Amino acid sequence: MALLKRLARHKLPPVTFTLNGKACSGRAGDTVLTAILAETDRLRLSDFSRTPRAGFCQMGACQDCWVLAGDGERIRACSTALEAGMNLRTIAEPRS
Amino acid sequence: MSDALRPLIVGAGPTGIRAAQTLVDAGIRPIVVDEAAAGGGQIYRQRLVPDERTPRDLYGSETGKATALHETFARIRDRIDYLPQALVWNVQGKAADVAAGGRTRRLNFSHLILATGATDRVLPFRGWTTPGVFTLGGAQIALKSQGCAIGERVVFLGSGPLLYLVAWQYVKAGARVAAVLDTAPFSSKLHLLRGLLSQPGVVLRGFRYAAELMARGVPVHFGVEPDQIEGETRVTGMIWRERGKEHRLACDAVGYGFALRSETQLADLAGCRFVFDGRDRAWRPERDLAGRTSVSGLYIAGDGAGIAGADAAELAGERAGFAVLEDAGLTVDRARIAVLERKLAAIQRFRDVLEAAFPFPDKWANSVDDDVLLCRCEEISIGQARTAAREQEVRELNRLKALTRVGMGRCQGRMCASAAAEILAAAHGQPLEAVGRLRAQPPIKPLPLGIAADGEAA
Repeated sequence: MALLKRLARHKLPPVTFTLNGKACSGRAGDTVLTAILAETDRLRLSDFSRTPRAGFCQMGACQDCWVLAGDGERIRACSTALEAGMNLRTIAEPRS
Repeated sequence: MSDALRPLIVGAGPTGIRAAQTLVDAGIRPIVVDEAAAGGGQIYRQRLVPDERTPRDLYGSETGKATALHETFARIRDRIDYLPQALVWNVQGKAADVAAGGRTRRLNFSHLILATGATDRVLPFRGWTTPGVFTLGGAQIALKSQGCAIGERVVFLGSGPLLYLVAWQYVKAGARVAAVLDTAPFSSKLHLLRGLLSQPGVVLRGFRYAAELMARGVPVHFGVEPDQIEGETRVTGMIWRERGKEHRLACDAVGYGFALRSETQLADLAGCRFVFDGRDRAWRPERDLAGRTSVSGLYIAGDGAGIAGADAAELAGERAGFAVLEDAGLTVDRARIAVLERKLAAIQRFRDVLEAAFPFPDKWANSVDDDVLLCRCEEISIGQARTAAREQEVRELNRLKALTRVGMGRCQGRMCASAAAEILAAAHGQPLEAVGRLRAQPPIKPLPLGIAADGEAA
């Protein structure tokens, strides 16, 4: 279930992406963090206790919102703009 | 002379933009590097694309200031070298390393103005890493930039003017605010009356936010001692104590913070001398009224130089711009400088009033349980830090980091260093300044492993 609740920007053009292989749709102007957390309730598991995390500061300081994009590149979800066709994955494996 | 001037400004918030404008007006072309995609900083942050909301919807009573700042930045845009979405990750001598778009390069500068701003000062309590818990600043960004509430039933918690502002902005935007939990007693707010004469606009606006929240049926509690956020995989409720009694409230999100902490890593890397600021409960770069640090040609202004708020940030940015001109031997507008310094001094006096009205929860360090996480990156508990303090005789913050890994994770202490300092000081009953501060390390934020230096193949 979604963590974030959209209050505005409903009529902006949809931007399609995949999340863990599932087709999803965000809005133009979304960050990756917004697009994912409007679909589900986590971004990654913590490195050691494996507990879910979903970002914290949303301004690029806490480093809690890293997700995987493309062929495994780590991106900081709060400071990356959503782009059409992005292949996003939440992080479920231990840090390699 | 001015041909050789190549000032670098780090940050395009209120401070950086006003500093840049001052230099541009003098015919100088500064470089402005900013992490965001658009100017404005966190406080006057812009959307990535326009939407149906008006500036008034986004910035409320501060619309005039936000719009003026954005317009200024647009007007000087072709007279500066602007690098958005770029990170200054190191400063050495007269050069800064800047990463952008998967590449890093070294920029030489004649003068450096650090306008790096602040982040929320957070204190851990049980459940603070649960999905649905965000900082107050994060909750505000979700709303302003993204048009999202952090949940369906949101609790706002903490101490500081931002607590009431964000709660009010949420209510105005149609979100459901379950409660505002202020860790300070109601009596502390009476200090604001002392500020009525000097800063009536600020004080009255604050009272208006609180009054409108209450009028709309949002419960506001004072003297709150947060106990825990409930929920295994996401927030389901909030438990706190108030005058000795336990309270519980169902909610699905919590936004919290305890005022702000300055971002000072670059000043540290550049070798600036630091002083302890009792009001901010933090070490900060030493600087004069104009923003000059202990390092020649290096200036710091705005919240990154000590917390003073957005209005002060604009004034201090302009003042630092003038300082660069003065130090380069150029003529400056003395009358304007006098006005800036007078206004800045008045805001500094008002900060004492704000600190009394929104005090730090000084009982926290001795009352928080051992099993609460202190460092969210490395997952080190409060108890581990206390044990290191007592059993390994750790009295200094970098030693605590070395032995426990607190502050060694990806955020480099941005989220835990304030709390770790409080815990370490409390463990030995020593003053906060005695535990020191975490040394900054380059890169000040994580860089992608595949980043290429200019001149090398990607």
